Amino acid sequence: MTEFSTLSIKETITSLKNKDFSVSELVDFHISSMENGRELNAFITETADIAREKASDCDQNYSKGEEKPLEGIPLGIKDMFCTKGVKTTASSKMLENFVPPYESTVTQNLWNDGAILLGKLNNDEFAMGSSNETSFFGEVKNPWKNNKDNFTVPGGSSGGSAASVAAGMGLASLGTDTGGSIRQPASFTGTVGLKPTYGRCSRWGIIAFASSLDQAGPITKTVKDCALLLNSICSYDPKDSTSSQKKIPDFEKSTDESVKGMKIGIPKEYEADGISEDITEYLEKGKEWLTESGAEIVEISLPHIKYALPCYYIIAPAEASSNLARYDGVKFTHRVDADNIIDMYEETRSQGFGDEVKRRIMIGTYVLSSGYYDAYYLKAQKVRAMISKDFKEAFKKVDVIYGPSTPSTAFELGDKKKDPLEMYLNDVFTVPVNLAGLPAMSVPVGLDKEKLPVGMQLIGNSFDEESILSIASCIEKSAKFDLNPNKWWINE
Amino acid sequence: MNNLIKGETGDWEVVIGIEVHAQIVSNSKLFSSASTKFGGEHNTQVSFVDAGMPGMLPVINWVCVEQAIRTGLGLNAKINNYSIFDRKNYFYPDLPQGYQISQFKQPIVGEGSVTIDIDDKKSKTIRIERLHLEQDAGKSLHDQHPEFSFVDLNRSGVALMEIVSMPDISSADEAQSYIKKLRSIMRYLGTCDGNMEEGSLRADINVSVRKPGDELGTRCEIKNVNSIKFIGQAIDYEARRQIELIEDSKIIDQETRLFDPKKGETRSMRSKEEAHDYRYFPDPDLLPLSFSENIIEEIKSELPELPDDKKERFQKEYSLSPYDSNILVSEIEIADFFEAVTKGRDPKIAANWITGEFFAAMNKLGFNIVDSPITIDNLSKLIKLIEENIISKRIAKDVFEIMLENNEDPEEIVEREGLKQVSNSGELEKIIDNIIANNPDQVEAVKLKPKLIGWFVGQVMKETNGKANPKLVNDLLNDKLN
Amino acid sequence: MTIDSKLVERIAKLSRISLTETEIKNLSSELDNILNWIEQLSELDTEGINPVFSSFDEEETKYRNDKVNDGGYREDIISNAPLSEDGFFLVPKVVD
Ligand SMILES: [Mg+2]
Ligand SMILES: [Zn+2]
Repeated sequence: MTEFSTLSIKETITSLKNKDFSVSELVDFHISSMENGRELNAFITETADIAREKASDCDQNYSKGEEKPLEGIPLGIKDMFCTKGVKTTASSKMLENFVPPYESTVTQNLWNDGAILLGKLNNDEFAMGSSNETSFFGEVKNPWKNNKDNFTVPGGSSGGSAASVAAGMGLASLGTDTGGSIRQPASFTGTVGLKPTYGRCSRWGIIAFASSLDQAGPITKTVKDCALLLNSICSYDPKDSTSSQKKIPDFEKSTDESVKGMKIGIPKEYEADGISEDITEYLEKGKEWLTESGAEIVEISLPHIKYALPCYYIIAPAEASSNLARYDGVKFTHRVDADNIIDMYEETRSQGFGDEVKRRIMIGTYVLSSGYYDAYYLKAQKVRAMISKDFKEAFKKVDVIYGPSTPSTAFELGDKKKDPLEMYLNDVFTVPVNLAGLPAMSVPVGLDKEKLPVGMQLIGNSFDEESILSIASCIEKSAKFDLNPNKWWINE
Repeated sequence: MNNLIKGETGDWEVVIGIEVHAQIVSNSKLFSSASTKFGGEHNTQVSFVDAGMPGMLPVINWVCVEQAIRTGLGLNAKINNYSIFDRKNYFYPDLPQGYQISQFKQPIVGEGSVTIDIDDKKSKTIRIERLHLEQDAGKSLHDQHPEFSFVDLNRSGVALMEIVSMPDISSADEAQSYIKKLRSIMRYLGTCDGNMEEGSLRADINVSVRKPGDELGTRCEIKNVNSIKFIGQAIDYEARRQIELIEDSKIIDQETRLFDPKKGETRSMRSKEEAHDYRYFPDPDLLPLSFSENIIEEIKSELPELPDDKKERFQKEYSLSPYDSNILVSEIEIADFFEAVTKGRDPKIAANWITGEFFAAMNKLGFNIVDSPITIDNLSKLIKLIEENIISKRIAKDVFEIMLENNEDPEEIVEREGLKQVSNSGELEKIIDNIIANNPDQVEAVKLKPKLIGWFVGQVMKETNGKANPKLVNDLLNDKLN
Repeated sequence: MTIDSKLVERIAKLSRISLTETEIKNLSSELDNILNWIEQLSELDTEGINPVFSSFDEEETKYRNDKVNDGGYREDIISNAPLSEDGFFLVPKVVD
């Protein structure tokens, strides 16, 4: 039998076309990977039956030669995407049994292209977290253990999405990224993760965390797969007022473009920011690879970037406090009974939300409340404008900005759980991108001394995913990263 | 006119500002494509967006924006071609999103004005502070179950215009005129049907009292008053209540109150555990609302003639009194009806008939002008019969009564019943001569007291079954008796 | 800025979340920490800067036509409600 788990989407499609194996065989393999990998806790809901049923339809399409671009590709979907008739929880007790009667636009795009739902993936509750430890359904384990043989976190909030791909459960997955929730876990798990420009993908049907920052994106094994999924999920959606009508390019093509003559910016501010030695090493290596391929390295400055994190921790909680007001015990599954409406609200929300969600709702409520709005919320939106301007200036000089995805590689489970602030600092490199609405991706470049994957971040100008895909492809070729964690979770 | 209220310590002035919530006339909701129709089966006119389902997003309905612009223009107001939707955050079971999408700092319409009539000669300008767009909430039914309220979201997301006046209103009468005028303008514009029973128009009334010349007093807001009559009662009650409190040396709490129509009282809505803090912020799901100056101009060019202009025209074009004009322009349907009836007829006779007999009959029968049992054509014919002296005013009333029953052609009625006025002087002379001959005493008396001529007129009418042309009878009698 | 338990209770009330004594205590110190860290923004001079509320800056507002083509699926609307009857959502009695 073919070792399906090492194949990329691109290779799988070729094999399916060649009839090397059938979609049903492929899907069966991934279902058993999923079942064997339960210890990772990546999936909240497994949809094996749906997958098997759809697989036989896909096989028919192949035999008729009527296959669609992603025909038969089994994918895991973060549990923030509403999937019609399939439980969608946001990893919260609040939505423990919520079954949406509608399908999100981006997942619908995938199904229209022939992809198959394998299951719904664990994440930090309502996508709030950087380690996938805030989920009501329990923490997700990173397939990569450190060299002390200890469990590490897969990152968050798309921890299940990243872990599942790294572990070969599904060929790729969908995540959401509000402050780094695709790129940080991708970097922790040795996978490729891309957050598109704000507005590229419809937010319709994605459970909202922070509406002005949320964006869907793929987590894949290879850069080309990332481009393939991007081709499918991006679309103009009249149901989302912030969905872009800009033309969507062929992203796959960009992965074959030469980087010769491209200008790569390295922000000088990055050097000051307590990055681990290993990561600094890869930063240097990256420069070499790119220069060797004909790109030019340019030093740039993003003077206000150090304010991005505190800025983000005003804006995101503010929007979240409002977005999560709808979970009040009236319409969706979880409710604590009480004699009067106020008690019902307060008990329902107290018991339905976990600590981190409550903390952020509280911060958000506070920064919007009367007397504090100007000092916090309005101030933050002004700082956001300054950060955006920094990037605009930079992109006058360079095509892509290169730097680390995270200040460190995957930390051990439970390590940063006690101190929320320390956890927040994890997103220092990813958050500025969301504030500015830019596209960015994390590409795996190698392992550090602890044998944990290192990811590097590429940031592009607004609606220029093409440039980062070209650069990512170049780095991928040079780095030759082997996505092959020791499969400790499979006990013979 | 004096609006002061007498208290034990002297005269008091009432200061009133009104926030009107007017439902926009549109097929679908402000941010969703569900129907706005009144009276549908509960929870059937609800989209996933209106129910606040996870991941659902608002998309603005252009017609609602257009309606707000149109209304703003009708209120002589400044239209802001850049405005922002904000979220107003609060918890309530019929507010499914946990926030209302409204406009806070930058509304679509700025300052404007509405003119109300104080009496025949005097009018007053009520300044408008702003008009903004927002969503309506759903409805909670409290009488279905002993323990639970039932929530129906059909109204959730329906487009409203909140129109906020300055505190320029100084009596219950003025408040009522203001609401009537606002409603009339919106009905002319077709932007709000003004149906208060169905909740298409609700008023929040801010009332405070002060001694003339003093600073503004503490105000109370009376929420959601839904009839013109109640608005008057609520203000009168509330002003009295506040005056009595102050005169008793008590403090007025700034609070939200409810009007209880059964008792004719206002009462505190609920003990204020804490002040509301709505945490307004721009809705990140929506872009700023912007449109070009051209669009405003285009809408402006298509506005209908509004009540104030129409009233002026009626006075000029038809030589009507301000009083009659006012009544005729109060509703666009009445104005249109009048103009149709009066075409080619004497406008004064038409106006008198419509505001007099016709309205009285409609009221008595409980009809609205749009479902009048008498057609424009037939009423117009009746006016013509009067105008041409074919029937007398008295006979006209009888004919009208018959018309009310089955909209019969008045000419046919007159013909069939033989009601034509006797305007033949020879015929009338004969009758008059006869009466004079038979009543020598009265003839003597009328020489001393010319007023007694009325007795002779009466006799002639009696002889002719009321059909004699009164003017001709008068002329003939004057000739013969003086 | 110091966040005391009274302020935490006020915010919790606004957020409609009931908190235990311990939670109030913990949140006071956590929020105090976080907000003190956030405070570094005040170093920045933002005088004259226009706030940006969204990074989406496409000019044209998209408008919907005033067509009715949604709604009419009451079962779907109430299907996830914890308590419903006859197509209504049920909530503990609200008295005005
Ligand atoms: Mg108001
Ligand atoms: Zn309002």
